[in-house]
Amino acid sequence: MSESGGPPATGGTVVDRLGAKLREGDAGLIALVMAGIYVLFTIFAILGPSQGVGGVVAALQAVTFWTALYAMLVLALNLHWGYAGLFNIGVAGFMAVGVYTFAAITAPTGGSPPGLGLPLWVGVVGGMLMAAVAGAVVALPALRLRADYLAIVTVAFSEIVRLTLLSTTFQQFTLFANVSFLPNVPLGTGAGRGINIPINPTIPVKSLYYTNPSNPASGSRTALGDAVISAFGAVGIRETVVVSLTYTLVLIAFVAGFYWLLRRIGNSPFGRVLKAIREDELVANSLGKDTRLFKVKVFMVGCALMGLGGILWETQKGYTDPTATTFLPIQTFYIFIALMIGGAGSNTGSVLGGGLFASLLFLGPQYVSRIFSKYFVSGDAPSTIVGALGPLGAADPGPLFAYTLQNISALRFVLVGVVLILLMQFRPTGLLGHRKEVAASIDLLDRNERADPDAPRPATDGGRVGDRDPAPTERGDRDE
Amino acid sequence: MSDDRPTAETADATGATVAEPDASAEPDPDHDDGATTTGTADRDELDPADASLVVEDLAKRFGGIDAVDGVSFSVERGTLTGLIGPNGAGKSTTFDLITGVHDPDGGRVTFEGRDVTGYRTAEIADEGLVRTFQIARELEEMTVLENLMLAPRGQSGEKLLNAVTPGLRGRVREEERELRERVWETLELFEIDHLAEEYAGNLSGGQRKLLELARALMVDPSMLLLDEPFAGVNPTLEEKLLDRIHELREGGLTFLLVEHDMNLIMEHCERVIVMHQGQVLAEGPPAEIRSNERVIDAYLGEDV
Repeated sequence: MSESGGPPATGGTVVDRLGAKLREGDAGLIALVMAGIYVLFTIFAILGPSQGVGGVVAALQAVTFWTALYAMLVLALNLHWGYAGLFNIGVAGFMAVGVYTFAAITAPTGGSPPGLGLPLWVGVVGGMLMAAVAGAVVALPALRLRADYLAIVTVAFSEIVRLTLLSTTFQQFTLFANVSFLPNVPLGTGAGRGINIPINPTIPVKSLYYTNPSNPASGSRTALGDAVISAFGAVGIRETVVVSLTYTLVLIAFVAGFYWLLRRIGNSPFGRVLKAIREDELVANSLGKDTRLFKVKVFMVGCALMGLGGILWETQKGYTDPTATTFLPIQTFYIFIALMIGGAGSNTGSVLGGGLFASLLFLGPQYVSRIFSKYFVSGDAPSTIVGALGPLGAADPGPLFAYTLQNISALRFVLVGVVLILLMQFRPTGLLGHRKEVAASIDLLDRNERADPDAPRPATDGGRVGDRDPAPTERGDRDE
Repeated sequence: MSDDRPTAETADATGATVAEPDASAEPDPDHDDGATTTGTADRDELDPADASLVVEDLAKRFGGIDAVDGVSFSVERGTLTGLIGPNGAGKSTTFDLITGVHDPDGGRVTFEGRDVTGYRTAEIADEGLVRTFQIARELEEMTVLENLMLAPRGQSGEKLLNAVTPGLRGRVREEERELRERVWETLELFEIDHLAEEYAGNLSGGQRKLLELARALMVDPSMLLLDEPFAGVNPTLEEKLLDRIHELREGGLTFLLVEHDMNLIMEHCERVIVMHQGQVLAEGPPAEIRSNERVIDAYLGEDV
């Protein structure tokens, strides 16, 4: 390649790398699965209560939104469980720490409960740091013990956090009240009433479209907002969907960021030690690796990512309270199941697992029930199981059917259980858990790269430097 | 810590002994044998300056069993020393105590003049004292290449910041390229290069033993504790590995070897330590061990 004269255009390398990525199949695989999910949900939206193009776009937005949220958290958990084998079943707790720290930092000082009134980015950084610190506090005693103890400690931690937030003791309190040289800082969790989060990550998105982003109704649209919203409105897409769609794009960017970070962590000597800890900690120790340090570090990073994921997830509604599903232990298990579907240890698998869980298990049942309700059920569903089972005696399954559809979210647990059993039985490693993702910053097989000075060196960073043909388009002819 | 290379250490150490008049006689074990065997019953004392590893009165109880009961021995730098004894004699436990896997109930371990008793396993390995396991502990779901790449000490990419930050990662990659060369050379030496991409868990028993030995060597240790390294390795390869071990030993590396193959021990080791029921029964050159009545009674029986 060097004889082609002049450095290759940067555009060329980027294209090369994208091409290589696609051939490696990761980006392509995710795109393929998401396309399949989109087709399915388009069908769902068309069959369901008919809302035209707007309905389809809203459905696709919803599925992308939940995919992105789960993908982020599954990636963070993959760092713990997939890479280092740290059995963290307190994901919800670390999310809660992130969210409430964010809320306390950004909530206005005069609010009820009051906050610090600081800007958004301070809240995000603070929330991540606090989640990391919480991770360290939990991990330091537990990581010295056997792996199962970490599981017990983390699940207990997540419940302690949730119940503390629910307790009225901390509904409103004053920080540093008894420390004379520090200013008194009134704060609060709001207990069961929750806490308002007027400043949240959707605000920058809304400020693209509205002059008063914290309350769009009171202000007017910006020029961009006017153009975009009316353009989408013309095809029947509602204003709120447009805003959510934009926020979803932000989430996708974050997923990409998580993915990038995890790949770099995984494909490095650091990631190699993490893998060794997962496989056999004594071996890692016997080779001179102080595994405690690695475990605490990776646990803190993962917790910080969980905090960030929590913030992006929970604060976008503008308020939060401890009863939110995001903070329940079941959320941790959802994230675990998504990771198991995708395959622990694989980042691409994590994203796929997040997508498949969010679409098929999380949103799917709702959409299916809507379709069934539309075509097959007439009349009101009985309010109790007795009322649903009674008519069965008269060979009338209608009420039971209607009752089941009404309680479809409970049916989700059954579905999740079935999927879990099938997965353990037929594919315990998940979709991509079997894949070899070699932990090194370079291609370990390509040993002749240095020995042969004429060997092509297409990419200087990032993508694998391999013996593959580096130029699919631009330089292909020069290879002859 | 990790920057002092073992070769340099050994050079330093020999440098220190050069000050003493008889350092040139060091490779010849017979030299001090004549002087000391007559002293204590079965042990002959080693000049502390020549000892790489010194174990004194090491003890460990598991429940009611004295697994290791007052074990003392020393291993001379640059030698291949055999550690033998019947099953349950406490050989592997001694390894565990030396390498910090278990904390000893009593006694002292000194490595290269430094008291390492109670050090954590990782710290001891970082000192250059590396062990392998009786039942090979390969990292199953890591490839053979990854297993070897893991081992070297002081990799800058083991720091999270270096691994992730765009500017610093370049150096990590450069280091990894250099390591890769060493790894491939080691793989070829051990004749497992055709398995480079294979998961370690898919290897056969003998191959796992090879992998473990190769991995331990990648740490660049100054002393290796090998727990039955040749179990399941075919005789031809065993010969090759022994040649390699002798080469490394001549280069200054010290070996302590647990092995059940008596011929191998007698043929290749300069010195032999015999353990029985948690205690050192005898210590000395092979010829002496072979004729030691107590050893024959306790262990060798009529086989020799």
